[in-house]
Amino acid sequence: MSLLNRLREYPHILEVAYKLTERIVEGLKPLLKRIGYERADRYFHVPERISKGWVFDCKMCGQCTLHFTGMTCPMTCPKNLRNGPCGGVRLNGFCEVDATMKCVWVEAFERSQKMKTYGDGIFEIHPPLNHRLAGKSAFINILSLQGDEMPAVWKTQTGLRHE
Amino acid sequence: MNRTPGRFEAALRSGKFVVTAEVTPPDSADPQDVLKAAKILGSAADALNVTDGSGANCHISSVATCTILSNAGYEVIFQMSCRDRNRIALQAELLGASALGLHNVLCLTGDDVTAGDHPQAKRVFDMDSTQLIQTARIMRDEGIFLSGRKLSAKPKFFLGGADNPFVEPFDFRPLRLAKKIQAGAEFFQSQYCFDVERLKSHMQKVRDLGLHEKSFILIGLGPLRSEKTAEFLRTKVPGVYVPDAMVERMRKAQDKRTEGKRICVEIIQQVREIQGVAGIHMMAYKQEEAGAEILEEVGLGNMTTKQ
Repeated sequence: MSLLNRLREYPHILEVAYKLTERIVEGLKPLLKRIGYERADRYFHVPERISKGWVFDCKMCGQCTLHFTGMTCPMTCPKNLRNGPCGGVRLNGFCEVDATMKCVWVEAFERSQKMKTYGDGIFEIHPPLNHRLAGKSAFINILSLQGDEMPAVWKTQTGLRHE
Repeated sequence: MNRTPGRFEAALRSGKFVVTAEVTPPDSADPQDVLKAAKILGSAADALNVTDGSGANCHISSVATCTILSNAGYEVIFQMSCRDRNRIALQAELLGASALGLHNVLCLTGDDVTAGDHPQAKRVFDMDSTQLIQTARIMRDEGIFLSGRKLSAKPKFFLGGADNPFVEPFDFRPLRLAKKIQAGAEFFQSQYCFDVERLKSHMQKVRDLGLHEKSFILIGLGPLRSEKTAEFLRTKVPGVYVPDAMVERMRKAQDKRTEGKRICVEIIQQVREIQGVAGIHMMAYKQEEAGAEILEEVGLGNMTTKQ
């Protein structure tokens, strides 16, 4: 098992790292706003792709929900499920589609239970993906969209704080 | 509630032990074939579930099958999977189904394309089952599409979701039901039950969360035809767990058909005793006769209850 994979077994530490990054980006907000979010994305999405790609096998959906799913990327689920496992999980807890891979949601649930800040996020109803955001920096999207990436009615119905 | 309950919903609300049965749409453009597929179990069940490309195999569409059966007087449950359609097609189909008088909708994620006869197909999964339930509820209650555009007439759904207590992550499964209920699910139908002990511990957690009072839970089951069917179910059909002991029982049996039926009857009798179970869901593809005989034997058939 590689070092990076082993890192995923410490979701509570990754959670702190995530929170820290979010704070830093939040702190940079006035600056980023002046630069313009579109331009800022150019500087952000490459490092984001590389760092999250290494650690989480990030697919750059642009609407990061890692912290709500046990620091396990739900986009690595072949069905791209955002709200929990499908009914096809194999007996050994492996994926229905890819028998060599442990079910993303089996891992996501186990890990989320070790997380203090965002652990309960797994029980919220997450909206369908906004496919126009694919490939862009999720951190910039959080700042610039403030939840407008999801259908308006979704926000009012679930009270989802999607940050 | 701005709608009159359909027969299925009314049966559940009456408190009786409800029976639903699965119909696999045929590979045919002849409506007579559709009626034939529903004939045997149709009279015994309170409602018929019509699968939507189950196992990712291609058949005549679920909505067409539902319409043909509904016109023939059957109460149907329209199954809808997220595998083949994006959110535009899903919402269009939901609206269309309601306009055709199909109000019972079971929202599913869907088996992966690799399980079926077109493994080369593109999998869609633009939404997941929970999102589909929530979307249908928004259409019904708010009278809008996800885009916010208004509907001139609201659909009248009775919404359901799937449950699979028999596969990992076990501790998340009851919480997932809670999530689907929050999204709008009013009833659940489970995967094949061959492990009653596992079901009991699942239902214990469901009761602890009070979910059985917020939704109707129907347990899926069906007869095994032989040890080969058992082997097929557990290796080829995603999410079905058949314990070794069950396969062994089938292997040893002289009369396989009778043994398969006996196992199913035993499971039904045990499932009925579990608090919070609202009914059963009979899945007896190509064994409809055996399915009907089983229902008769446990006192849920058409001869005993529908006369």
